Amino acid sequence: MNATEKKPVEKVIESLADAGSVFIIGCTGCPVGCDVGGQPWIDEMTGALTAAGKKITGSCLIELLCNKALVGFKLSRKAEQILAADAVLVGSCGVGVQAVGNMVARRAVPGLDTTCLGDYQGLWPGSERCGQCGNCVLAYTGGLCPITLCAKSLVNGQCGGTCDDGSCEVSPEHPCGWKLIYDRLKELNRLDDMRRMIDPRDSRKLAIPDAIRRTMRYALEVDEQEAAATKEAH
Amino acid sequence: MSQLQRQLASGAFVVTGEIGPPKGINVGPCLHEAEQYLKGRVAAVNVTDIQTAVMRLGSMAVCHMLIDLGIEPVFQMVCRDRNRLALQSDLLSAAALGIENVLSLTGDHVVMGDHQDAKPVYDLDSVSLLQAMCALEAGTDMGLDTKGNPNKLDGVPKFFKGCCTTPGSPTPEAQVIKLEKKAAAGAQFVQTQAVYDPKTFETFMKSIRHIKIPVMVGIVLLKSAPMAKYMNRSVPGVVVPDEIIQRLADSAKEDRQKVSTDIAGELIRQMKPMCQGAHLMTLGWDHCVPDIIEKAELS
Repeated sequence: MNATEKKPVEKVIESLADAGSVFIIGCTGCPVGCDVGGQPWIDEMTGALTAAGKKITGSCLIELLCNKALVGFKLSRKAEQILAADAVLVGSCGVGVQAVGNMVARRAVPGLDTTCLGDYQGLWPGSERCGQCGNCVLAYTGGLCPITLCAKSLVNGQCGGTCDDGSCEVSPEHPCGWKLIYDRLKELNRLDDMRRMIDPRDSRKLAIPDAIRRTMRYALEVDEQEAAATKEAH
Repeated sequence: MSQLQRQLASGAFVVTGEIGPPKGINVGPCLHEAEQYLKGRVAAVNVTDIQTAVMRLGSMAVCHMLIDLGIEPVFQMVCRDRNRLALQSDLLSAAALGIENVLSLTGDHVVMGDHQDAKPVYDLDSVSLLQAMCALEAGTDMGLDTKGNPNKLDGVPKFFKGCCTTPGSPTPEAQVIKLEKKAAAGAQFVQTQAVYDPKTFETFMKSIRHIKIPVMVGIVLLKSAPMAKYMNRSVPGVVVPDEIIQRLADSAKEDRQKVSTDIAGELIRQMKPMCQGAHLMTLGWDHCVPDIIEKAELS
């Protein structure tokens, strides 16, 4: 399971500053397991964005946003509502946001931050990868992840290592992530997103929270211990 | 105010040189080169920071030794090897040692060097390192105290902050956008990646006209035709035109050095009207610097 947490509402609204209308997609996989996704999140976002003066053109829930067939099938039935929106807000891990961004001709913006959980990439069979950095910047990088695409995980733009063929100097097989981001933003007519100053990462988000480490077995053990302690106290 | 800052502010065409610390502690040769050929001829001397990720003696130590010899250094800092604690600490250390000029660089990836299994850090990037320098100059660091206020410094440093850009990049517009960010983050001067095509440079300089900081064009001395071909093949964003490669190939071995310095001098003469200075990277051929300066008609 990918661990996710909600981005602060004001950050989400900021990343949708120039979008008058928004379509919302929620994933009912891992985010629901983390208590930050699904219909309750869609309802919360619908309320917050409506209050911020945005038109919600529609929303949908997808069981697993990392399941390519499911995403394609569900989104195709909502095409009209999606195309009526300026941007799509996605409540999933970074893989799901990139998956949506690559499938629909609209800007995909993350509503959640994905925190570390050992490189699990969901069921997505494509090249989209989420670095689980907990500081999701996909809203400003054309929906392409600089953490996993750039060899140096740079967040403020390309270094000098972009080769003529668009590859990164570390390997001819590795495309320059920032070249891809630049091309995508140019195509979206959103190069100003690249001008945005991105703060250094909060590395605390990279740590695996103890609460997530608890396995079912561990949780049961804790319950048993607590029950035994309560019994003893009486 | 550093000599480099003063000279750039005066509007004069400014030349800087560059030395690389040794792999080991034998600093004699690089200091000798700097004293013999660079001192008095250039405004400041860059000292590379574990260049191309090949482990070497540190830039700060050599910068300090240069100051002892009466030579002003430019302390190069890459983001590859230190997190924000170490970078800020080294900035304070440098300031305490009298180093003012600092060049903020991303740094070549570790896989380009001789410790390919090392952890690449990049906790900050070349933009946020400039922001860190500004914070230190304002008397605070990047951290927050328990009340959420920036930590205060006891003794505040002052820097002359530089950065790099790659005019020959296959995506020049992306370079321009990054340079805009570096300028907004506090960069006060630019030393470019090597340029061998004045036309490309002219186009690039036009595209950064709105960025009001002095630019020093980078010149890496081409020592031979094979080296020029290597740069075309292996150094991203560097394009050596065929005519230059041909001139090097056609020259007799004993004339090679003269042809190398001729080319460097000519390039500087051609690009001088477009920028505010030149940064000479002679890769061990520091003895050629006086010659290049003369041929560039700067002496």
